Amino acid sequence: MFNLFKKDKTDPADAPAAITSQETSSPSWTERLKRSLSKTRNQLGNQLAGLFGGGKIDEDVYEELETILLTSDVGVNATQTLLEDIRGRVKRQSLNDTTQLKQALKEAMLDLLQPLQQPLSTSTHQPFIIMLVGVNGAGKTTTIGKLANLFQAEGKSVLIAAGDTFRAAAREQLQAWGERNRVHVVSNQSGDAAAVIFDAVNSARAKNIDIVLADTAGRLPTQLNLMEEIAKVKRVIGKAMPEAPHEILLVLDANTGQNAVMQVMAFDDALKVSGLVLTKLDGTAKGGVIAAIAQARPIPIRYIGLGESIDDLRTFDAAEFVEALLS
Amino acid sequence: MFENLSGRLQGVIKNLRGQARLTEQNIADAMREVRMALLEADVALPVVKDFIARVKQRAEGQEVLQSLTPGQAVIKVVHDELTELMGARGEVLDLAAVPPVIILMAGLQGSGKTTTSAKLARLLKAQKKKVLLASADVYRPAAIQQLKTLAQSLEVECFDSNAGQQPADIASATLDFAKRHFYDVVIFDTAGRLGIDEAMMNEIRALHALLKPTETLFVVDAMQGQDAVNTARAFGEALPLTGVVLTKLDGDARGGAALSVRHITGKPIKFIGVSEKVDGLEPFHPERMASRVLGMGDVLSLIEQAQKTVDIDEAKKLADKVKSGKSFDLDDFKMQMQQMRNMGGIGALMDKLPGQMAGMAGKISGDAGDKAIRRIEGIINSMTPLERRKPEVIKATRKRRIADGAGVHVQEVNRMLKQFEEAQKMMKMFSKGGASKLMRAMQGRFPGLR
Repeated sequence: MFNLFKKDKTDPADAPAAITSQETSSPSWTERLKRSLSKTRNQLGNQLAGLFGGGKIDEDVYEELETILLTSDVGVNATQTLLEDIRGRVKRQSLNDTTQLKQALKEAMLDLLQPLQQPLSTSTHQPFIIMLVGVNGAGKTTTIGKLANLFQAEGKSVLIAAGDTFRAAAREQLQAWGERNRVHVVSNQSGDAAAVIFDAVNSARAKNIDIVLADTAGRLPTQLNLMEEIAKVKRVIGKAMPEAPHEILLVLDANTGQNAVMQVMAFDDALKVSGLVLTKLDGTAKGGVIAAIAQARPIPIRYIGLGESIDDLRTFDAAEFVEALLS
Repeated sequence: MFENLSGRLQGVIKNLRGQARLTEQNIADAMREVRMALLEADVALPVVKDFIARVKQRAEGQEVLQSLTPGQAVIKVVHDELTELMGARGEVLDLAAVPPVIILMAGLQGSGKTTTSAKLARLLKAQKKKVLLASADVYRPAAIQQLKTLAQSLEVECFDSNAGQQPADIASATLDFAKRHFYDVVIFDTAGRLGIDEAMMNEIRALHALLKPTETLFVVDAMQGQDAVNTARAFGEALPLTGVVLTKLDGDARGGAALSVRHITGKPIKFIGVSEKVDGLEPFHPERMASRVLGMGDVLSLIEQAQKTVDIDEAKKLADKVKSGKSFDLDDFKMQMQQMRNMGGIGALMDKLPGQMAGMAGKISGDAGDKAIRRIEGIINSMTPLERRKPEVIKATRKRRIADGAGVHVQEVNRMLKQFEEAQKMMKMFSKGGASKLMRAMQGRFPGLR
């Protein structure tokens, strides 16, 4: 039970069995989210517990709250907005005790994050083409493995395109994920990501596949040539199938600080990102940066990654996220 | 990199510089600004608090108050403390042990351990060391394959491990292999792990005990946020770290993690990763970095980079040509552009220039400049050799042909020719009046800047 994150790491052959056993016995996802965020909560929660322990709401309390939000990667701007929001609530509802402040914080946070809760619907097109982008090491390839598993569990057929033609052994990594999921991985020896994905889309149309997951190489938004290249990859996919890609997922590492906001803006400007995936939330990172993102560029958060095992990807639920974070 | 942090700090400095007298009030104001700037740059809060306290204490002390230019004195204090925070001096790898010298790599998932291992191998190979790479990442699919592929491209030996083995077994086998084959250095890559993952932290502790590495490097993503403190603490407590490698500094990360990690672990930053290519690893110079953060520029690194990348022979040929009074033609112009690009483009250059100078060069983004350079190259490539040598023959018909060839409008060909003429004028001045005149003429006449 407590070994959730370690399962099926070493032996790919065991993976399907592990998944089914987990499906039945796994605790509710809220609980897992809570457990994953427990470190976050411990720190944030302890600080908050001290703060919400009762007493008058004065400037010191606000300053303390500001510090807590800043250390959760919420960022200076979003912190100011949240604080103003909370001050407004305190005034309107004439709250005077810090115990009531917690509810106000929850509500303010929820108001900010609620609009981001828009689950991905893949039934609008067939095949539904999903392109994954992000900086190096954000967890794109791992997320593809998890997404493939998720969609298969919904009874959909999946095809993976190994579009990371730059990093050494990225293709092999995807192939290993493909074997675990029993999913076909389209790859070729050439260095052209667009060509690989183009082939995959055509192959998916011919074979009547439901979903294509297209991997791309990690890139930093400052690498202008690589940003141009990925815009080209998108255009080429559109040539294989009009209106495709139907979803462009930007994968963000929850450990990232305010740079995540830059990443969202840069990738959105280049590609029009339609959804976000927040990975590695099982660490001590707080993921508070999504509050900053919600303010700067409100793009729906489709999934969050809670661990390394294959079924650790969940749809984003704002209420549960806030609850888990602040409870 | 560090753009936002240095932007805000420069604002603070500007304000301070104007103050004839420093009062407690304006120091406090400045410090609040510095605090926000650091927080926004993802520097961890405990580190910020500590930093502010130290600067404040010194700023209110004698050395500043007795100074004739108190504003300047405060800047010096901030600079000193920033350097101190990043590590007082640059430190290098300790390779003075009985070979094989073991370097153990540790860090979070996706921080860049495998890529850094390969970069390090390349660096040490260039120092004529016999290097062995080894990977004990049996968890991430194809991680070992990744290192093997990288090793192959570097022509460095990679120990043949596989995902079915236990990390400890790989470690002892690697050690054995390295001893028997007389390797100088072994770079031992490990799986990414979370600081709170007890089992995995125990594993790397065991690996450390087995390998007895001379260097234990903690690899950190420069984009990491406030949590860098917790991660650094967890790794620092589990392992006797000897140094830190900061990766992905070529992004627009504000680099706060650099300050936090150094402060929490107390270990020096030894290398920084500045590109995803295998040659993108540089030694870390705390003082230069502090200057860069404060917008004082990093001219030293710029010069080193120029020495490394600019083709000296080509440059000399051009200088001779200009001096001998021969005309500066479009081929020379193109070569200049290429050299600028070899140095990492305008963006990279501006990054290292002092604040005022970068401001003088205009408010354009480095990217726009790089794009303009590429376009200029494209236009020149569409010209015949005669046109390049004698640009004056280019009239309307030729212009149209060139524009079609380069896929641009005729106006852009005109603009490019105009820029060339200006460069030519500058070159003439250079051959006559020397560098000082040139510098004056250069203001606002960078190619691509309008």
